Amino acid sequence: MRGYSAWALLRGGLGGHRHWSPAWRTPEPARHYDVVIVGGGGHGLASAYYLAKHHKVRVAVLEKAWLGGGNTGRNTTIVRSNYRLPALQGLLEHSLKLWEGLSDELNYNVMFSQRGALFLGHSDSDMTRLAERGDALRCAGIDAELMSREAVAKLVPLLDMSDRARFPIAGGMIQRRGGTARHDAVAWGYARAADALGVDIIQHCEVTGFDIAGGRVTGVQTSRGAIGADRVGIVVAGNSGHVAGLAGLRLPVESQLLQAFVTEPVKPMIDTVIMSQSVHCYISQSDKGEIVLGGDPDQYPTYSQRGEPMRIEEVAGQAIGLVPALSKLRMLRCWAGTTDMTCDGAPIIDETPVANLHINGGWCYGGFKATCGSGWVFADQLATGRVHDLARPFSLGRFAAGAMQDEAAVGPMPQAR
Amino acid sequence: MFLIDCPHCGPRAQAEFVFERPVETIFSVDTPTAELVEKLYTRTNPRGVSAELWRHARGCRAWLRIDRHTVTHVIIAVALWNPAP
Ligand SMILES: Cc1cc2nc3c(=O)[nH]c(=O)nc-3n(C[C@H](O)[C@H](O)[C@H](O)COP(=O)(O)OP(=O)(O)OC[C@H]3O[C@@H](n4cnc5c(N)ncnc54)[C@H](O)[C@@H]3O)c2cc1C
Ligand SMILES: [Zn+2]
Repeated sequence: MRGYSAWALLRGGLGGHRHWSPAWRTPEPARHYDVVIVGGGGHGLASAYYLAKHHKVRVAVLEKAWLGGGNTGRNTTIVRSNYRLPALQGLLEHSLKLWEGLSDELNYNVMFSQRGALFLGHSDSDMTRLAERGDALRCAGIDAELMSREAVAKLVPLLDMSDRARFPIAGGMIQRRGGTARHDAVAWGYARAADALGVDIIQHCEVTGFDIAGGRVTGVQTSRGAIGADRVGIVVAGNSGHVAGLAGLRLPVESQLLQAFVTEPVKPMIDTVIMSQSVHCYISQSDKGEIVLGGDPDQYPTYSQRGEPMRIEEVAGQAIGLVPALSKLRMLRCWAGTTDMTCDGAPIIDETPVANLHINGGWCYGGFKATCGSGWVFADQLATGRVHDLARPFSLGRFAAGAMQDEAAVGPMPQAR
Repeated sequence: MFLIDCPHCGPRAQAEFVFERPVETIFSVDTPTAELVEKLYTRTNPRGVSAELWRHARGCRAWLRIDRHTVTHVIIAVALWNPAP
C-alpha cells in the first residue's frame, strides 16, 4: 500500500496523476478463513481491520453489494458520546477517542470534524433533563457543557430566538468533541487499511446460508460458493433479522426505515450539529455546503429502502421552525436506509446460541458514531471467543434478564424510539 | 407510501394508519413468563410477507390485520382484527 500524503500528492501531480492504484485488492475467496465477517459496512470493515491489526488472524469480509452501500453510506454522520446510560457512555466514548485519531491511524482522511454536537432545550423541563444528563456525563469524565439561551443564540445566530418561535429555545447542552465525519471515507479508509494487513475484501458475495454441524457454525454458503471459517460474525445492520434467520435464529430486532434529506449547497451557515431534546429533527451542514436533515423513522417494518413522502414535509417543517432561513433552500435529494431497530434501542453484541456464530447489530439509527468502538470490541470477541467488557451489557440475554439498555425509556416497541 | 383498503372506509392513504405490532407478538395476559419474554422481545422480522396488526387511527379506528410484503409493500389481505380466530 502506498501511503497518502501531501508530498505524495504533489509528486504524483508532477507525473500527471498517473500514479494512483486501487485502494484495495479484489481477491478470489479462499476456501477457509479463521474469521469470516458478513457485511462490508463500516462496522464489518472496522472489525476486520482491528482483527488483522491486533490479533493477526486471517479474515475475509463478504459484502453482498458494494462497500459502505448500506447505512454507512446513507447516514447523517453525527458522531457524539453524550448518552445517559453508563453502558452506552462506555462504548461510545471509547469510540469517540478512536475517532479522534482515526485519520492518522488509517492514513486516510475521514474528515472527522469536531464542530460540536448541540442539543437544544425548549422548556424548563428540557433544561432540567439536559442538566441531569450533563452531570451524569461529567461524572463519567465525558465533556458536556450546559448553555444559556444567549450562548446558544451566539453559537447559531440563524436559530429562531423570537418569542413567537415555533420551538422556543430555553438553552442547550453541547458536547464540543462531537461532530461529523465523511461516511464513505470511513468505509473506504478501513477497507484500504484492512486490505493492506492482508484482509480479503470480497464484494458482490451474498451470504445465503450457514453450515452448522453439532450446534457450531463451520462456514457460510454464498453466491460465490461455500467458504469455511472457524468463527463467523454477522454485521449486516438492517438485514440482521433476515441473515440470523438463515441460521434459524430470531432476534429482538425489527427492520424499519430512516430517511435523510439534503438541500442544495450553500455557503457556510451552520457550523455545529443541531439536535433537540424534544423535536426529532437534526441539522448539520456538509463540507460540500448542503444542509443535511434527518427526523423520525418510518415506524413500521420494511426492508424497502424507500421512505414515506410524508416525512419530507414533517422534517422540513421542523427544520424551518428551528432555522427559518432554511425555507429559502430547495431540497435536492432524499433517501432511506433499513435500520435494525431493537426492543430497547441498544445494540446487540454477543455470541448467538449457535456456537462460534457471533453477531454485532441492532444499532438502530445511531451506529455510525460507534463504528470504531464497535469494530474494536467485536474484533476482540471474534479473536478470543469472549465478549469484550465494554460490550457485555449488550447481550442477547438481557431481555429475559430484564437488563434492558433503554436510553429513551419507551419500552419494548421498536417503532416507538 | 401505499393505500390500505379499510373494510369500513375503502382505500385510504397509509398516513391515516398506525402500525401496532407483528401478529406473532400478540399475547394474552395469562401467557407463561418464558413465552411472554419470547413474544415481547423476539421477531421473525421476515424479508417477505408479514402478518401485522395495524389501526386506522385517523379514520374509523378499527384494528386491522394486514398481510403485507416488507420489500415490495404489496398488500395481500386486509381484514378486521378478530382476536378469537
Ligand atoms: C438515514 C440514516 C441516518 C443515520 N444517521 C446517523 C447519525 O447521524 N449518527 C449515527 O451514529 N448513526 C446514524 N445512522 C445509523 C448508522 O448509519 C448505522 O447504525 C451504521 O452505519 C451501521 O453500520 P453497519 O456497518 O453495521 O451497517 P451497513 O453500513 O448497513 O453495512 C451492512 C452491510 O451488510 C451487507 N449485507 C446485508 N446482507 C448481507 C448478506 N446476506 N451477505 C453479505 N452482505 C450482506 C449490506 O449490503 C451492507 O453493506 C443513520 C442511519 C440511517 C439509515
Ligand atoms: Zn377505516
